[in-house]
Amino acid sequence: MQAVTLNNITKTYGKEKTVAVDNVSFTVNKGELFGLIGPDGAGKSSIFRMLTTLLLPDGGTATVDGFDIVKDYKSIRNTVGYMPGKFSLYQDLSIEENLNFFATVFGTTVEENYDLIRDIYVQIEPFKKRRAGKLSGGMKQKLALCCALIHKPTVLFLDEPTTGVDPVSRKEFWEMLKRLKAQDITIVVSTPYMDEATMCDRIALIQNGKILGINTPEDAVKAYDWNLYKIRARKMYNLVRDLNSYQNTLSCYAFGEYLHLSLKQDDARTKADLLHHLDSLGHLDVELAPIEPTIEDCFIKLLKN
Amino acid sequence: MEVVIKTDKLTKRFGDFVAANEITFEVSKGEIFGFLGANGAGKTTAMRMLCGLSIPSSGEATIAGFDVYKQTEQIKRNIGYMSQKFSLYEDLTVVENIQFFGGIYGLSDKTLKSKSEELINQLGLQSETKKLVGSLPLGWKQKLSFSVAVLHEPKIVFLDEPTGGVDPVTRRQFWDLIYEAAEKGITIFVTTHYMDEAEYCNRISIMVDGRIKALDTPGNLKKQFSAGSMDEVFYELARGAKRGD
Amino acid sequence: MKQFLTFVKKEFAHVLRDRKTMVILFGLPIVQILIFGFALSNEVKNSKIVIADYAKDNISQELIAKIEASQYFEIEKSLMRQGEIEAAFKTGKIKMAIVFPENFGHDLMHDNKSQLQVILDATDPNQATTLTNYISSVVADYQMELNKTNAAPLQILPETRMLYNPQLKGAHNFVPGVMALVLMLVCVMMTAISIVREKEIGTMEILLVSPFKPILVVLSKAVPYLILSLVNVISILLLSVFVLDLPVNGSVLLLIAESTLFIITSLSLGLLISVRTQSQQVAMLISLMGMLLPTLLFSGFMFPIENMPLPLQIISNAVPAKWYYIIVKNIMIKGLGFASIWKETLILLGITLFLTTVAIKNFKIRLA
Repeated sequence: MQAVTLNNITKTYGKEKTVAVDNVSFTVNKGELFGLIGPDGAGKSSIFRMLTTLLLPDGGTATVDGFDIVKDYKSIRNTVGYMPGKFSLYQDLSIEENLNFFATVFGTTVEENYDLIRDIYVQIEPFKKRRAGKLSGGMKQKLALCCALIHKPTVLFLDEPTTGVDPVSRKEFWEMLKRLKAQDITIVVSTPYMDEATMCDRIALIQNGKILGINTPEDAVKAYDWNLYKIRARKMYNLVRDLNSYQNTLSCYAFGEYLHLSLKQDDARTKADLLHHLDSLGHLDVELAPIEPTIEDCFIKLLKN
Repeated sequence: MEVVIKTDKLTKRFGDFVAANEITFEVSKGEIFGFLGANGAGKTTAMRMLCGLSIPSSGEATIAGFDVYKQTEQIKRNIGYMSQKFSLYEDLTVVENIQFFGGIYGLSDKTLKSKSEELINQLGLQSETKKLVGSLPLGWKQKLSFSVAVLHEPKIVFLDEPTGGVDPVTRRQFWDLIYEAAEKGITIFVTTHYMDEAEYCNRISIMVDGRIKALDTPGNLKKQFSAGSMDEVFYELARGAKRGD
Repeated sequence: MKQFLTFVKKEFAHVLRDRKTMVILFGLPIVQILIFGFALSNEVKNSKIVIADYAKDNISQELIAKIEASQYFEIEKSLMRQGEIEAAFKTGKIKMAIVFPENFGHDLMHDNKSQLQVILDATDPNQATTLTNYISSVVADYQMELNKTNAAPLQILPETRMLYNPQLKGAHNFVPGVMALVLMLVCVMMTAISIVREKEIGTMEILLVSPFKPILVVLSKAVPYLILSLVNVISILLLSVFVLDLPVNGSVLLLIAESTLFIITSLSLGLLISVRTQSQQVAMLISLMGMLLPTLLFSGFMFPIENMPLPLQIISNAVPAKWYYIIVKNIMIKGLGFASIWKETLILLGITLFLTTVAIKNFKIRLA
């Protein structure tokens, strides 16, 4: 049985019927770490809220653990774990009190499922009497995760758990999620950070309410059918401008230290032509090398199509 | 090269807690300077001092030639500011926002009119001018916000995590705007959590536990820490941090 | 200067585009003027009084005619006995009773003076004093008229008796009023804000996606305020007895029981507000504007309801505080028992059930 299924799910808002989620379909397998990758406003939160039965879809059907999100919402609410964005915790309760509260809400105790959260909880345990409002972003994340796990959910929904947190904490968080997978919990995570996509088993890229593609990170990269190069020169800003006006350029955009470039016609000859062209424009220290695309490259390509 | 930001042992204390500790650096005109650090490292405190929003506890600094203790009003007039949390008024239209911010910075009606036309054309917002900003997609809001922040051609513009949550294409368009502004001589002071954006900067500094622990070009930092990417550099420095976690 | 104008222009835009603010800015003053102008006055008009004329002579008839002619009173003439008069006061039907003794005219002719018995409901001492003044001036007027045509001066002496509050203490009026106000404020506003706060932080979402029944979430929020309010009631009573020297003439237990009912009414009102609002600010605004103001104006504690135009009197019936105020006065000051307040209790109960049902029906188990 699939842990989560969506069939043609649509959601509109307001009088103008703005489409937030547009005919979305995908499935999540049991025990999978599934990533919903897309920028703000893509529709990620709306999808999560429908799956956790907080919103009704305007079209389509979906199931969680085999339960229908509309008819069997009570069953879903009994078994899933959910953390909405911005770590919604009780600011004026301590770490300990928050954890106890959520355990009780789900009819269990902290002791019962302690093994599940131990690895995470030990990192914040020294501060267990501190109020949640006074924790750093990283600690709030860990507490929120513990609270969502404390009742051993079958499916865990985490809506943008790493937003607004520094890269180090983000990395550690995903390590924690990977270890959780070993406990056979299905985890569905949303994030705007493309680099986190590689930590997932499978990902769905989403923008403007539409799914751009669903794949394992490896297959997404394999599906990228343009040749991709990294290129740099001494004057990057000029390089971008010049490459974008070059007639053989298929796409060119900044990517950190380098630019990522794809050519319309790609053979030994055209590469030489390119280098020659850049040389004639006065570019110095030109470096050109082929590279493997990242998820971000895939996303950009899908957006441009 | 004209120095537009110069600080010397700039410090801010809140009681016993030293939020920013002896911050010392210089930024030249037209530079794109990345200001990085984990949450709680002291970035925001430091930026507020530089913007003239908070008086330092000790140390010196001049921003655009003005003293950070005695001339905060002049500082504010010569800088632009944009953050992810607040950029424009959602219940005013695009045009009204431009007019309002232009008005605050004392732009004449004529200048305002021509600049605002230029801005609208550059961003391709011709058909959205009368729309409420709240109804625009996030990416457009951010780009508009930046353009409004540099409308009065300030010497320095401070950007606080301007591209959070925006899609990859819009992010790059945003940085195109930043580059153009830098070409015009506007100095860019930007904080970000995207390490690839750190690469777009001329130089970066990384704050840890209230101090600047690294300050150099991205290339040199990678060499210094034998790292393949800025990600790794950051990780090396930030994971030893006591503050935050 | 130009910058200042820029700011002003922007602020106008903000204000004009915010519908809710506009309603309050323009609606509120108009409503206030209308209400204060037409409905609220400390003047006492149309007070129901009973005149018992045991004399039935020319003089008593003349004086009664004069009293009738003044606009202040709504007169019910009947020959009540003392016991019946007291009963009429207990039910709050009448505010004043004037009794002409059998030999009223006779005494005046023969002894040149006569007494007039005036009995007043002094639970509202201001009202009682005003009524006394009115009746005294009518009597004095009549006395002067009589004396024009008489050789010897005639004296009509009104003998006043203040029921329930012989010392005309103000506390009698405002302690019950304050009780109603305080309970209303704490319960309505605090409950409303507390639930909406959870919606704002986002923890409500998590609670919804859990086996915990939402209705229990709501009830769990009501309990602390229930207990706190009872503590409040007891403190107010203690203060009023020991510091303000205002004893509880009736059953304290009954008073506490009725207070509990009123607290529950207020809590359900708070609940209803929270179910329909999304932000703490709006919740607070609605509580203050929508609850506090009507309670102040229509409970009868500051301004007599009888003076208001009929539509407002009808509105006042929907204000729970009005019924609670009557109940408290009857128990605390008049020392009456349940028999005299069963109607008001029933009304409060009805209002509570109605509010609770509507609130629960409107409670959203989903976000939208």
